[in-house]
Amino acid sequence: MEIPYTIETRHDTGLYNAKLGIWLFLASEVMLFGGLFASYILLRTGASEWPHGSTYLNIPLATLNTVVLIASSVTMVMSWASLMMNEFKKFKIYMGITILCGFLFLIVKYFEYSAKFEHGYFPSNNTFLAIYFTLTGLHGLHVIGGIVVNSYFWGAGSKMWFFQPKRFTNRIEIAGLYWHFVDLVWIFLFPVLYLL
Amino acid sequence: MVLTVITVAIASFHLPIAIAVTLALIVAGVKGTMVASYFMHLISEKKTILIILAFTIFFFLGLLFLPTLTEIDSISRNVS
Repeated sequence: MEIPYTIETRHDTGLYNAKLGIWLFLASEVMLFGGLFASYILLRTGASEWPHGSTYLNIPLATLNTVVLIASSVTMVMSWASLMMNEFKKFKIYMGITILCGFLFLIVKYFEYSAKFEHGYFPSNNTFLAIYFTLTGLHGLHVIGGIVVNSYFWGAGSKMWFFQPKRFTNRIEIAGLYWHFVDLVWIFLFPVLYLL
Repeated sequence: MVLTVITVAIASFHLPIAIAVTLALIVAGVKGTMVASYFMHLISEKKTILIILAFTIFFFLGLLFLPTLTEIDSISRNVS
């Protein structure tokens, strides 16, 4: 059986199903991270003292990671735009760079985490470190998820381009929306945890 | 990326915490809006999605205000 509305739009929503699906999923993700941000506010306003991010965290590394993630969002848009212009090779290059940027982000994060552990900073030390590890850990899991999906579309999944190009282009748009959301979360995490 | 530099630069001035929080959130808000509008092309998106997002923002703000609301509630209890 053919899955309906993968390319054509439904008359009632004006969208193909996957796009409505991803936005509903992203709405639930906003609530997931929103709950943790609310916890952060509660912990911070309730604490008698709260460390400045730089006491524990490495601001230059986090700034680098911010730039890496924003750059990966740009290449993600470029990969989608390449498919819209029927340029599959360019799609491969841009999507490849997006995936590499994802890995670079995780490598930098790995160095950050290991430096914390070496200094004896663990989530159990205080509420600042607890919320820092929870928020960045959950965000890191989202980056890993994005890399898995993007890698599939870059590799085996890209075969779909040769028999259903429009459907494949839509898939990249959806993967892109998720990836930009992960970028968006980091844009808020960075100042909240590291700079304030 | 320019805004990222601005965020870090503002933080290095060691402003009073209330001003620093406000400025950091404004810059992050501008950056976030740009990502959502252009990368996620919300600027030219269908009404259905914008309605879903309006609900999401409403409930998200509700979540963020929960800590404040509990605080106000406990203050009023103490007064009475």
